[in-house]
Amino acid sequence: MTTAELSGVSERRANYGRLVASEAFLRRRAITGNVIGVLLFLAAALSVLITAGIVFVLLQESILFFRQVSILDFLTDTEWTPVFENPRFGIITLVSGTLMTTLIGLAVAVPAGTILSIYLSEFARHRTREIIKPILELLAGVPTVAFGYFALFFLTPIFQTFIPNLSGFNLLVPGIVIGIMILPYIVSVAEDAMRAVPDSLREGAFALGFTRYQTAVRVVIPGAFSGVTAAYLLGMSRAVGETMVVAIAAGQQAKIALNPLEGAATITAYIVQISLGDLPHNSLAYLTIFVAGLTLFLMTLVFNLIAFWLRKKYREIY
Amino acid sequence: MSTETVNPVTGKIDEQALVTKANRQDLRFAIIGFVVLVVVMATLFALVLDFMIDGVPRISGEFLTNYPSRRPEQAGILSAWVGTTLVMSATAMLAIPIGVAAGVYLEEYAPKNWLTDIIEINVTNLAGVPSIIYGLLALGLFVQIFRLGQTILVAGMTLALLILPIIIVATREALRSIPLETREAAFGLGADKWQAVWMYLLPAGRPGILTGVIVGMSRAIGETAPIITIGALTFIAFLPPAPLQDTFPFVNFDWLNSPYTVMPIQMFNWISRPQAGFHVAAAATGVILLSMTLLMNGLAIYIRYRIRRSSR
Amino acid sequence: MDASIPTKPADAHIDGPVRAHVVNLSFYYGEKQALFDVSFPIHDRKATALIGPSGCGKSTLLRALNRMHDLYPGNRYEGEVILYPEQINIVSPEVDPMLVRLKIGMVFQKPNPFPKPIYDNVAAGLWVRGIRKKSIVDERVEQALKQAALWDEVKDRLRTSAYGLSGGQQQRLCIARALAPDPEMLLLDEPTSALDPIATARIEELMAELAPSVTIVIVTHNMQQAARISSYTAFMHIGCMVEFDKTTTIFTTPKESRTQDYITGRFG
Repeated sequence: MTTAELSGVSERRANYGRLVASEAFLRRRAITGNVIGVLLFLAAALSVLITAGIVFVLLQESILFFRQVSILDFLTDTEWTPVFENPRFGIITLVSGTLMTTLIGLAVAVPAGTILSIYLSEFARHRTREIIKPILELLAGVPTVAFGYFALFFLTPIFQTFIPNLSGFNLLVPGIVIGIMILPYIVSVAEDAMRAVPDSLREGAFALGFTRYQTAVRVVIPGAFSGVTAAYLLGMSRAVGETMVVAIAAGQQAKIALNPLEGAATITAYIVQISLGDLPHNSLAYLTIFVAGLTLFLMTLVFNLIAFWLRKKYREIY
Repeated sequence: MSTETVNPVTGKIDEQALVTKANRQDLRFAIIGFVVLVVVMATLFALVLDFMIDGVPRISGEFLTNYPSRRPEQAGILSAWVGTTLVMSATAMLAIPIGVAAGVYLEEYAPKNWLTDIIEINVTNLAGVPSIIYGLLALGLFVQIFRLGQTILVAGMTLALLILPIIIVATREALRSIPLETREAAFGLGADKWQAVWMYLLPAGRPGILTGVIVGMSRAIGETAPIITIGALTFIAFLPPAPLQDTFPFVNFDWLNSPYTVMPIQMFNWISRPQAGFHVAAAATGVILLSMTLLMNGLAIYIRYRIRRSSR
Repeated sequence: MDASIPTKPADAHIDGPVRAHVVNLSFYYGEKQALFDVSFPIHDRKATALIGPSGCGKSTLLRALNRMHDLYPGNRYEGEVILYPEQINIVSPEVDPMLVRLKIGMVFQKPNPFPKPIYDNVAAGLWVRGIRKKSIVDERVEQALKQAALWDEVKDRLRTSAYGLSGGQQQRLCIARALAPDPEMLLLDEPTSALDPIATARIEELMAELAPSVTIVIVTHNMQQAARISSYTAFMHIGCMVEFDKTTTIFTTPKESRTQDYITGRFG
């Protein structure tokens, strides 16, 4: 048998001729495909450049700052007076304000967020969930400046009626508002982790006679532990970086914050305060906003990376 | 196990008592969950209501067509809403193409290697970087090094960087949720990667991408902190050059280099003033800002709901 | 005798022009081998059916014929699938899978139209080939829809979404989409498994109409379907080609006892 016989396929067609892609078109297509592949890669690589840019800008300005101020002073001084004649740069002051609002926020958001996530993932019926989740998303969509107004002009006066010595600017109310703001993030991540716990584990618990509550507390939460912890960390990172609420309602006085009923500046509020002023861009005081920014960036980076690692871990388990 | 579930007479476990107790525990938790839920909803409701009461009476045609003023009753947000519109246009023009392109790369093109891992960790991390840090980046890079000035372009670029992770993640999720069959149909025709992406995968993922874009844009509209750090002016009593003109080529990009103010900045500025009249103007601005962001988020939720309905 | 022309047992069954020749084809999903030394001819402008119990590798084989497995990492082919008249080995790593798919069309188990208008769906294969001239595309779309027996039902709503069609119509649309560029071969992977009996009958009718003009390879779990529409049948079992012959022979006097058992319903 010859090739000709085997492959004796005539190109005669019943209806019409075959349409083939021309060589030129295929060549063009290959080139276009490669060019576009490179462009898409560049777009994705931009994210690395952004991070590099952030690190570069913050480090560059901070190095200028630390040429004039010793790191030891920066970390141990208890006063922050960059624009005074005799400036002092104790970052503890700003960090304490930030930590105070963050802790108050977490005190609100962690219990509420945990309860809500368990409720959503283990108790609520499908329809209830369909209603609650959009509401949380709407809450997450409220501009932070609006939360600031709400804290200063609505909540603070109400709180003052039963906490008489609460200052107009204080850390308590912004802290609580921050808690409300980070709640949707915590719920979304924590519920995601809880739903990733396989139903077979739940069924095993129910088969032992566990109630829903017992199943949630003894099986689901331990099973979703790393994910729930990641949720808290992500919430914490947001609380630390939250700016407008504290800039509006927490006051601008940089001091070691011990009393939540009084106002104090946070890292973010301080950056806003200096940005609004008219300090010359090359002055030492102006450099402080980058140093403060670096401190903030490092804090959130640590929380974010641990959270990233934890979330990856629970995704690998199930 | 507590003693009350052990029958005192027989010494055996009283199963009925156990069940009753367990049910009570479940009920108690359900009530607690419900109460938390009500508190959260009440807060959102109170916030909206507070703005409505304070701000709605102040909104009028003049409020929208007046420039800011030293006299609270005459102050308006003309320059602020025009500025917001223009800054948002610049943000959208930058963030949507770059974000979608990056999402397509990571989901469809990226080989499995260390570089891809780095990019992925980066995107995740960027999503968690506080917005004010983006402001400092823009201040150091765009304003101080590139000397682009305090312009609409710089604000647009800053906010575009900020919402990039949101759009990237949404694009990836939208592409990932395209059924395998649609994907195979495209490749089965002999399409190359880009043809498949451009002609079929992006259209199929469009609703999901759109949700991400809307959520990102609504976030950008309300962002205040990064705009403050790059030094937006708060008192702007003029409008940027119009983007459209009646002579050739009919579009004009001079507005990108114009100073500006945006609504959240205007609102923040008015909150910081001592006079109560300005607080009312701030509330009125807040009403408009809130309606815009809530509407946009509502739209995104609705589209997502439609996607889930149709995929079932 | 040309060296590139195989002399394998399958040759015994060649009785007409051949469009492609599968020679000692093995396929691996990563480490796991799914096809073992499969050989058979694909006759030109005839329908060839692949039958066998589920998991026998018939879909794997079909998908190998237009390199669908290349979409996922870690898959590997051994052996040859020679396509005539070009005489290229379409499973060779040197051959671009996209080029193979441009020659060979495929219809999948579940109807999978694109979320686009009907017209765009049929034109998709033309656009992919860089053919955009409206007069040609219009003509091809109409011809393909007529070939797929769908034209009369959709000619007034070509611009509406393909998702508005019924499941059976969607599957015929997918057939039209594959036919529009007039491929060298048309692969169908259980095209009626997701359809109701009436839509199935419609598609089978269509297959019978297409068979004299198009080279078809169809995977089916339905033996009556194979008997009704195919000229040749290959019976597969756990990744091996047990028997290949004319459909009438396979269904009346199979040589292998396993084929006999399957045909008579003793397993599978």
